Amino acid sequence: MTPALSTRGLCKSFGLLEVAREIDITLPQGARYALIGPNGAGKTTLINLMTGMLAPSAGTIRLNDEDITALTPQDRVRRGLTRTFQINTLFPALNALEAVTLAVCERRGVAGNFWSRLSGASDAVDEAHEILRTLRLADCCYQPTRELPYGRQRLLEIALALATRPKVLLLDEPAAGVPQAESGEIFEAVAALSGSIAILFIEHDMHVVFRFATHIIVMVAGAVFAEGPPQAIAEDARVREVYLGTRRHG
Amino acid sequence: MTPAAATPRAYLRAQSRWSPIEIAFWLATLTSYLFFPDYLSLGSQIAIAALFALSLDLILGYAGIVSLGHAAFFGTGAYAAGLFSKYVWGEPFSGLLIGGAAAALIGYASSLIIARFRHLTRIMLTLGIGLLLAEVANSAHDITGGSDGLQGMRIWPLLGFFKFDLYGKVAYGYALIVLFAVFVLARRLIHSPFGLALRGIRENWVRMPAIGASRASHIRKIYTISAGIAGIAGAVLAQTTQTVSLEAIGFGRSADVLVMLVLGGAGRLYGGIIGAIIFMVARDQFSGVAPQYWYFWIGLLLIGVVTLMPNGILGGLSALQARWRGR
Amino acid sequence: MFGPVAGVLFDGFAYGMLLFVLSVGLSVTLGLMNFVNLAHCAFAMLGGYVAVLVTNELGWPFFAALPLAFIGAAAVSVLLERTLYRRLYRASDLDQVLLTIGIVFVSVAVAAYLFGTTQQPVDVPAYLRGSISFAGVRFASYRLFLIVVALLIAVMLVLGLEHTRFGAQVRAAVDNQRMAAGLGINVELVFAVAFALGSGLAGLGGALAVEVVGLDPYFGFTYLIFVLIVVSVGGLGSIAGTFAAAALIGIVDIAGKYYAPELGAFLIYLVMVAVLMWRPAGLIGRRQ
Repeated sequence: MTPALSTRGLCKSFGLLEVAREIDITLPQGARYALIGPNGAGKTTLINLMTGMLAPSAGTIRLNDEDITALTPQDRVRRGLTRTFQINTLFPALNALEAVTLAVCERRGVAGNFWSRLSGASDAVDEAHEILRTLRLADCCYQPTRELPYGRQRLLEIALALATRPKVLLLDEPAAGVPQAESGEIFEAVAALSGSIAILFIEHDMHVVFRFATHIIVMVAGAVFAEGPPQAIAEDARVREVYLGTRRHG
Repeated sequence: MTPAAATPRAYLRAQSRWSPIEIAFWLATLTSYLFFPDYLSLGSQIAIAALFALSLDLILGYAGIVSLGHAAFFGTGAYAAGLFSKYVWGEPFSGLLIGGAAAALIGYASSLIIARFRHLTRIMLTLGIGLLLAEVANSAHDITGGSDGLQGMRIWPLLGFFKFDLYGKVAYGYALIVLFAVFVLARRLIHSPFGLALRGIRENWVRMPAIGASRASHIRKIYTISAGIAGIAGAVLAQTTQTVSLEAIGFGRSADVLVMLVLGGAGRLYGGIIGAIIFMVARDQFSGVAPQYWYFWIGLLLIGVVTLMPNGILGGLSALQARWRGR
Repeated sequence: MFGPVAGVLFDGFAYGMLLFVLSVGLSVTLGLMNFVNLAHCAFAMLGGYVAVLVTNELGWPFFAALPLAFIGAAAVSVLLERTLYRRLYRASDLDQVLLTIGIVFVSVAVAAYLFGTTQQPVDVPAYLRGSISFAGVRFASYRLFLIVVALLIAVMLVLGLEHTRFGAQVRAAVDNQRMAAGLGINVELVFAVAFALGSGLAGLGGALAVEVVGLDPYFGFTYLIFVLIVVSVGGLGSIAGTFAAAALIGIVDIAGKYYAPELGAFLIYLVMVAVLMWRPAGLIGRRQ
């Protein structure tokens, strides 16, 4: 079966600084992959390369067997590759309904319509509201984003991504900065995502990783260090040494 | 203050509904014929400035593009309409369309340049393009009349009947009608999906491509539309004053419209109109005095607005309203 | 033999050197603080008027007026920075543009009120008024003086940036503000001092400019455009870039006026738009 997303020989350097080295990753359909590694390993850089925010020095990226290496970021989103940001990258003055409606309109290709009324684009608005409802954001959807509590904003990050109807979803630390008590809601939302979406998520919390991931990729210093099923990674002495420390997980 | 029980569609409909204050405002503009019959010329100047400021609001207040050269489009529209009336025919409404179209064309060409940039680079490009076009107008004095102004314009009576008179009665009505008509269209644009996309660009430049938006395409579109509207405003100026001077395309006009918009409050559709009224009335009051005094108070006003009321007068009013409602 | 060309190049380069002194402060503070300070040339104007006062009213020598122009502009800049500018360091481009344009407007009014609207002369020593002949070309002494001063300033700035601790702090803060603060550098102090130095240089430039281009209350606006062009073409935070851009703009402007006067200022604006489209961060700029 064609992999949902794959990279071959992906490299990126800034002068002498190599931030990505010969990265070969294959994400199968419906995957639940975790990307872990110490700070500065290049995880977010990899996502930036995959989504086109950064141009690679070498290598190719394929999305459902189409070479997307030369495509603009927005074209990749239109073909089904979406990401969320580690730091909330939202629209402060727009409310959640407006923000998600905008994403839906962009997907439907109607965002360029300056003649029709927004209130008339009822399908888009209803779809947006439905997405917000499933993420339990419907009750606060008329408040400006900047007034929402941090945990709700993280959920809105995911809502925006879902509005693009992704086939591959790259989540950059979805619960970053969210207190322990609230992070459960975010992971429930992630767990509830459709099995047809292939997910790669960056995460630091090992409990979460072992709970949700079926496959773990470990990155160190810009290269893939190890990968495999969670148990194998947990027991890999080299990984423990470089990242997990000596405590046992499982 | 919206009840949480409102449906999404009802909420959006409520956002775009005409409020009683709005309707009252537009009706009030008609009363100038009754209350300010000697100031109708000033009134048409205000309407023209308001239309120009509205055009700037579309790119500045809604898409977040700071332009120091917007007079390039105003002036292009003015000269295009002027030359059209001089060499082709003097029917006003077609002159408006010509002015708007010429400006929109220049606007589209400019947008190809500025759409890819941000911050100081983009500000400098808008300034550079504005200065370039002003120089062209100056250098091509055989066509434009240069510093003497465009001579020989012949404007026919509106609808074949209303002649532009010395008291400005027809001019005011004409400028007001054009302002209102364009305003209604702009209002519709703001409440369209495209309007939402513009605000998205303003609110988060980086997020737009991440939701599949083509930023550059949106920017080119609004820049062209904004230039076209600025051109229409310029055309009205040309037609109502029957001449075009270099100051219509100069840096001074670009700076003035920016001040007007910021004074009233950008991103609120009415900010440019409110700002234009206050600015033009104030300047009329200062017209007998040496220009230094004008510069002094405008400078102080700018410093004050930026430090104390960053969202302009309308922003200050809406903050007061929010506080009064106890949110 | 080389007559006109050499003359035009010389005049253009000298004019460019004046632009360099006027612009280098803005380039450094823009690169350092990302603060769009459109009032930069108002500080230059201040320096010009200080020089006029000192030489005409007080009768002091020109060479005493120059450092006083520097100090005067620097002092006023510190005052404005403490009261107004620092509130807007994190504000939007637009707010910074508006605040500083407002300051320029006020400066026009104050200058017109204090000095009237006519051009003011500055009393320059006689030996700087003449010219030197070389290889059949006349080189105006004042322009030679401008070139020497500008080169001295350029050298001092480069040495200062490369070899002093303060210079290292400035370079670190331009490169990565957060990191620099994390290393214990007092970024606020670095800003304040750099801003004062930059504005002082503008004042010095203004004092130097009076003899060449004249001084009136609108100086803050007239030369702002040139300075902005030099800074954006040269690249923010780069002394070498500002130097190259200033020389380029100066030569293009003078050559344009000599060889194609009907083009007017068209040429420089075209150069700016063309360079910015090719290299948006300027010839030697860093920020994207």
